[in-house]
Amino acid sequence: MARYILINSFRGLLTIIFVSVVVFSLARLTGDPMDVLAPTDMSDEDQDALRALWGLDKPLLEQYVIFVQSAAEGDFGPSYLYRSETAAEVILDRLPASLYLGFVATILTIVVGVPLGILSAVKRGTIYDAIGRGFALFGQSVPEFWLGIVLIWVVAVQVGPIPTSGMGTWQSYILPSIVISIFGIAALLRLFRSAMLETLGTEYIKLARLKGLSEWRVVCKHALKPAAIAPLTFFGQLSVRMITGATVVEIVFSWPGVGLLAYEAANARDFPIVQALALFVAACVVVMNLMIDIAYAYIDPRVRLGEGTAS
Amino acid sequence: MTEATAGGNTVTDAADTGGAATPADRAAPVLKVCNLKTYLYTRWGVTKAVDDVSLELYPGETLGVVGESGSGKSMLALSLVRLTPEPAGRIEGGQIFLNGRDILPLSERVMRKIRGTEISMILQDPQQSLNPVYTVGNQLAEAFRVHDASIGERQVRERSIAALESMRVPAPERRLRNFPHEMSGGMKQRVVGAMAMAYQPQVLIADEPTTALDVTIQAQFLRLLEDLQQRTGVSILLITHDFGVIAETCHRVAVMYAGRIVEQGPVAEIFDNPRHPYTRALLDSRPRVDFVPDRLPSVGGQPPSLNDLPVGCRFAARCDYAEDRCREAYPPQVSQGDRYHAASCWRAEQAPWSNR
Amino acid sequence: MSVPEITEGTGDAHISPRPNFWRNRFGRRRRLDRVPWIPIAIIFFLLLLPAIFADLIAVHDPLRGVLSDRLTPPVWEEGGSWTYPLGTDKLGRDILTRLIYGARISLAVSTITILVGLVIGSILGLAAGYFGGWIDWIVSWLVDTFFSLPGVLLALVIVAAIGPSFLTIVIILSVTIWAPFARQVRGETLSVREMDFIARAQVAGSSPMRILIRHVLPNVANTLIVMATLQVGVVIINESSLSFIGAGIPRPNPSWGVMVADGRDLMLVAWWISFFPGLAILLVVLSFNLTGDWLRDFLDPKMRQRQ
Repeated sequence: MARYILINSFRGLLTIIFVSVVVFSLARLTGDPMDVLAPTDMSDEDQDALRALWGLDKPLLEQYVIFVQSAAEGDFGPSYLYRSETAAEVILDRLPASLYLGFVATILTIVVGVPLGILSAVKRGTIYDAIGRGFALFGQSVPEFWLGIVLIWVVAVQVGPIPTSGMGTWQSYILPSIVISIFGIAALLRLFRSAMLETLGTEYIKLARLKGLSEWRVVCKHALKPAAIAPLTFFGQLSVRMITGATVVEIVFSWPGVGLLAYEAANARDFPIVQALALFVAACVVVMNLMIDIAYAYIDPRVRLGEGTAS
Repeated sequence: MTEATAGGNTVTDAADTGGAATPADRAAPVLKVCNLKTYLYTRWGVTKAVDDVSLELYPGETLGVVGESGSGKSMLALSLVRLTPEPAGRIEGGQIFLNGRDILPLSERVMRKIRGTEISMILQDPQQSLNPVYTVGNQLAEAFRVHDASIGERQVRERSIAALESMRVPAPERRLRNFPHEMSGGMKQRVVGAMAMAYQPQVLIADEPTTALDVTIQAQFLRLLEDLQQRTGVSILLITHDFGVIAETCHRVAVMYAGRIVEQGPVAEIFDNPRHPYTRALLDSRPRVDFVPDRLPSVGGQPPSLNDLPVGCRFAARCDYAEDRCREAYPPQVSQGDRYHAASCWRAEQAPWSNR
Repeated sequence: MSVPEITEGTGDAHISPRPNFWRNRFGRRRRLDRVPWIPIAIIFFLLLLPAIFADLIAVHDPLRGVLSDRLTPPVWEEGGSWTYPLGTDKLGRDILTRLIYGARISLAVSTITILVGLVIGSILGLAAGYFGGWIDWIVSWLVDTFFSLPGVLLALVIVAAIGPSFLTIVIILSVTIWAPFARQVRGETLSVREMDFIARAQVAGSSPMRILIRHVLPNVANTLIVMATLQVGVVIINESSLSFIGAGIPRPNPSWGVMVADGRDLMLVAWWISFFPGLAILLVVLSFNLTGDWLRDFLDPKMRQRQ
């Protein structure tokens, strides 16, 4: 078990390094930040001075080394866009907004997706199943940005109390979280449905019924636990995506989170922020995968105790 | 108690050692099935898995149900506990009397109380029968708790250990902590048996209990079942495709073909004097140890699809002795001599295929 | 000791290395009912037909509009006309025409991307699954890493680096799409590798290349087809999302995503500009998903007519 964790951690570290190199090089390829950021009347000397300040005049490899060294200490450099702050500060400043939204969306996804998926499986073939599957199909087919726009339009036409942009009262969470979670609900629903259907068809479920257990207990105790194993993997990736990948939704709803920040920073060629964000996202995914692997091992005793077969 | 050579030719079976042998001293049957019909409705049609089956199981005896795959025997077993696959499977007719009471009209809630206490079942593949994510102890305890929520922790543990011991499981305390994948197939099957016998039901259905076990373990398990029957008086309905198993453990046997029972009677009788050509064919096609034929006899053709059954006798297409009337109408059940030996064949009386 | 199976004929699953498309593993003919005709029709009429015959079907110029006709509503609303059945945008360009040309973009991008992703993913997946060892280790790690790449961010950076264009978006999307294919193919290869006919081929001295191409690939082909169909929807959505935020197909090309972005600010006064392109995306992706699901059932030998 410990060995398992160690190996996976190593792989994760490699991933993060890889991502950092890729983003670093790509960012440098985008061109000179001066072209975008410097006011047109800034003199050449001033531009050079700024470049020197930011270390942009050094050779690439050296820049990378500096970057890694500083990053290890938590220093990601100054933000080019927001001159008075460091990249780390800017990101940390905007992070909570994304976290809150992602959290709400995750809760919504679980609360709606899992029961619907289970219901669909248990009531297979009935109208509930059809509705569930129809909804899942829709959720996986609808483009998020369009859904957001249409919802905003509908709400605006109705003149309801729901705000349609920016982050504010709890109502402002409604639309963006719905849009973010639609895909997740659909996917979770399908995953749970098929996992449950598979479990419900096994012999040990038959045996559980033979013992005289109520259908409720059969489903909740015996079917659910083995069924939850597969969706778990997906769920991990999903929750990370909800936090870090909600860029498009944040743009549509002008939500001041890291997604919107990524958009702004990329357009502004703010290297430090872009690099730091990329690292952050990669690190989140890696950590999440690691946690999933561990959870997997815990739930499925066959993995935990090693693949022990009977004597 | 029983002896059978590898070819199953020599049979000194339970019928000789007391048990339910003569008609006169039969008590009321603990399980009586009358004209049971279980059909499966799928988008490809109606499958008549169990089509008018009647049989009886008496206290303390073992009744074997033998037939090839697709004969409907597993569906018969599921029907007896009313666990036909939903929504496709429906019990369309007949009665099932368990301990004198017809269980078909009962509500599901009442039925759940009956399952595990009056009737229970062990399944074919022990590798699949236990939930892999819970310990054996957990699942065994559940068997006790489901019918008596007030049982205390310690009592459950004691009874679990006792149940495992009665199935001759060594080191029962340790087994409780094991997960299923840490046990061998034979051991798992014993655990399943222990769960089934938790409340000492009157009827135990064993659906191909040894098919998935190693050959060496098979005999052991069958002896265990017999021993169980001796101690507790449980009646066993043993479903199998293996005549050797029948010979070893059953008092009576019913032969199933294409959804119907074509012959039933005491084991010795059936072996010596099969009154249905299919039974004869089954008996003939077993490999023998005493001589090696040039070709292993087998029955040509396939059983009819249960979606699309012929009008007359269902075995007629493959039968060497079929006549015109066989194809026109389904033969009625005829018993001769011992009224407990009956067969559905137009030519059952002359039985041109029999030894005598 | 048991009664031997008294059956003859096609009772057993004999796995031929070359599955026939029209007969499944058990030699039974596949049924052609329950084909999802409506989704297929949608794909045909909303994507294929417009994409291929755009020049013949479209009435107006997708890139140049008539300014005096700007913001015309669809024909069934007040002020609409049959000249512009679905209305015009803020530059007077016909929505319907742009939708038609947009279909061409969607088809082109998705086809090329899927092909590239499929080829790369299959090669890597086959190698990883068949050879195992360090090859598998590296490929698996690559797959996991690419799954954890920050997609949109990366797209934004790449676009900032080499400018938005058709090639750029294909590159970006291919980079993200090959990983699922590789993972799937690897899994399939792992299970196929254990089958008997592979052992037979190995014993007969076939080279790994030959085995992979002749024996493994045909068996993996079915899942690949299903996956490709299902991924088309993903690609279309990704492309339109990126185009929407400006990191995809550049203006003034009528990518459906771009069209939605164009109409975003005018939603309250001219809802049709954003609505129809998004609807087109929804319908096309929906159809591909339905078709992919049906295809999965159709090609899956386990779901055949036996109880």
